[in-house]
Amino acid sequence: MGNKVLMKGNEAVAEAAIRSGCRLYFAYPITPQSELIEYMAKMMPKVKGTFLQAESEVAAINMVYGAAGMGKRVMTSSSSPGISLKMEGISYLAGARLPAVIINVQRGGPGLGDIQPAQGDYFQATKGGGHGDYRLIVLAPSSVQEFADMASDSFDLADKYRVPVMILSDGLLGQMMEPVEFKEYKTDKEIEELGKQHYDWCIHTNEDGKGHHHNEINSLEIDPNVLERHVLNLEQIYKEIEKNEVKHEEYNINDNNEFVCVAFGTAARIVKSAIDDLNAEGRNIGLIRPITVWPYPYKEIAKTIHGNVKRVFVFELNLGQMVEDVKLAVNGKVPVEFMGKVGGLVFTPEEIKEKIKAYL
Amino acid sequence: MKSEMIFSGFGGQGALAIGKFIAQSAMSEGKNVSWLPSYGPEMRGGTANVSVVVSDTEIASPVVSFPHIMVALNQPSLDKFGPSVKANGLIVVNEDLCPNVVKRDGVDYVVAPLNKISKEIGDDKVLNMIAIGIIIEKTNIIKYDTLADHLTSFLKDRNAELLALNLEAIKKGMELAR
Repeated sequence: MGNKVLMKGNEAVAEAAIRSGCRLYFAYPITPQSELIEYMAKMMPKVKGTFLQAESEVAAINMVYGAAGMGKRVMTSSSSPGISLKMEGISYLAGARLPAVIINVQRGGPGLGDIQPAQGDYFQATKGGGHGDYRLIVLAPSSVQEFADMASDSFDLADKYRVPVMILSDGLLGQMMEPVEFKEYKTDKEIEELGKQHYDWCIHTNEDGKGHHHNEINSLEIDPNVLERHVLNLEQIYKEIEKNEVKHEEYNINDNNEFVCVAFGTAARIVKSAIDDLNAEGRNIGLIRPITVWPYPYKEIAKTIHGNVKRVFVFELNLGQMVEDVKLAVNGKVPVEFMGKVGGLVFTPEEIKEKIKAYL
Repeated sequence: MKSEMIFSGFGGQGALAIGKFIAQSAMSEGKNVSWLPSYGPEMRGGTANVSVVVSDTEIASPVVSFPHIMVALNQPSLDKFGPSVKANGLIVVNEDLCPNVVKRDGVDYVVAPLNKISKEIGDDKVLNMIAIGIIIEKTNIIKYDTLADHLTSFLKDRNAELLALNLEAIKKGMELAR
């Protein structure tokens, strides 16, 4: 088992972020992600990083904007209501093409809602949330280990495409402890190199000597023709991401599946338990778990809908959001059934089994 | 093999810590584990509880609806989770704070005055360790040695006295369950 430690998701993702070279973190506390900000408060000074508890979520995301403009690995985190407050800043980050990582440890909504796990921010994360034509790469973890691993994946993706990346987690994954194994710390030299990859566009000290070129970080393009070019350029980047970065997990997907379930994050864990039980009773049910919820695995889901599949089930901790993407993928070939759970409640494997059994 | 457990009591009794020590020890023994606390606005005197799963294979749902093992450190915990314990399961009851114990058929009970015993050992804080001792004796989820090693590395330099009391409490629990 090597060097596994038992840690909460909130702490594990913070540790993993530091190890992947994040030295700047700005946030404002909110349950159920407060262990993340606490961990950063404790650890950032030890690695000579900057932890700053901002006066508000809006301030925090704008500090992220500033730090990202310097080409540094920077992160913020919050839970649903706090993420809503950050939305203006996220749109600006996307508009200015700034790499940054944003973590949403989702809780029940709308409004202040409650502090229990939920997946009600799927639309906000994957379809906009902020204004304008932009996309976030959105990763949805399903275990503490995956939550931690996504920290470094997110920074790599953000740096590669110069886009903000969101990790769409939830209160259950934030609060739960599971064994986790970490990658090595990036060295100071490696972190410096990471910053330098952005020197052609970011704000940095004059190290070029004579003729040093000043870069500008801005999301305002007052000339419509210039803005059109900028947005079409963004579109090209998003297309590239859709082509290269779709990730999903297949669980018992085979040619003889009678049903296929689709679920992400925490919901997928519960669905796995339910279909394990049903398959032990002689059924053949598979699960597709989108790991990137944008870009979405439309093609990968479509591929699993062959002649034997009679029905697709979608399970979410909301009133039905990702189900719309599943319907696009299934494209009317078979009926798509939905079951949701709201209010911060989590369905049990028994409830899921009951839903599926109603169609046997 | 998969064991699902719920440990519950009011805040401060150490129910969540029972889960943490069992999960940590099981992890050291090479098992897959998950530890999922209730983190809501629990009422004073209510049921601060944790769901723990220990398994040889990957753990799918960390949410436990029907536990194999349940520890009730107070009456509301017994009332809330007692009925959902699986047949042939184990329920550990703190007699001092559970005046009404209605035993179900086909479920193994260990009913003991944990508050009283922990005071006799010398510290209220080790109450939860007695419950862990009972679980160690009654099941094969974790070994005494694993937990003892873990506690020793954690407490030896910080509080050797408390370490001794903890180990005594675990052994006392094991005796009770025999």
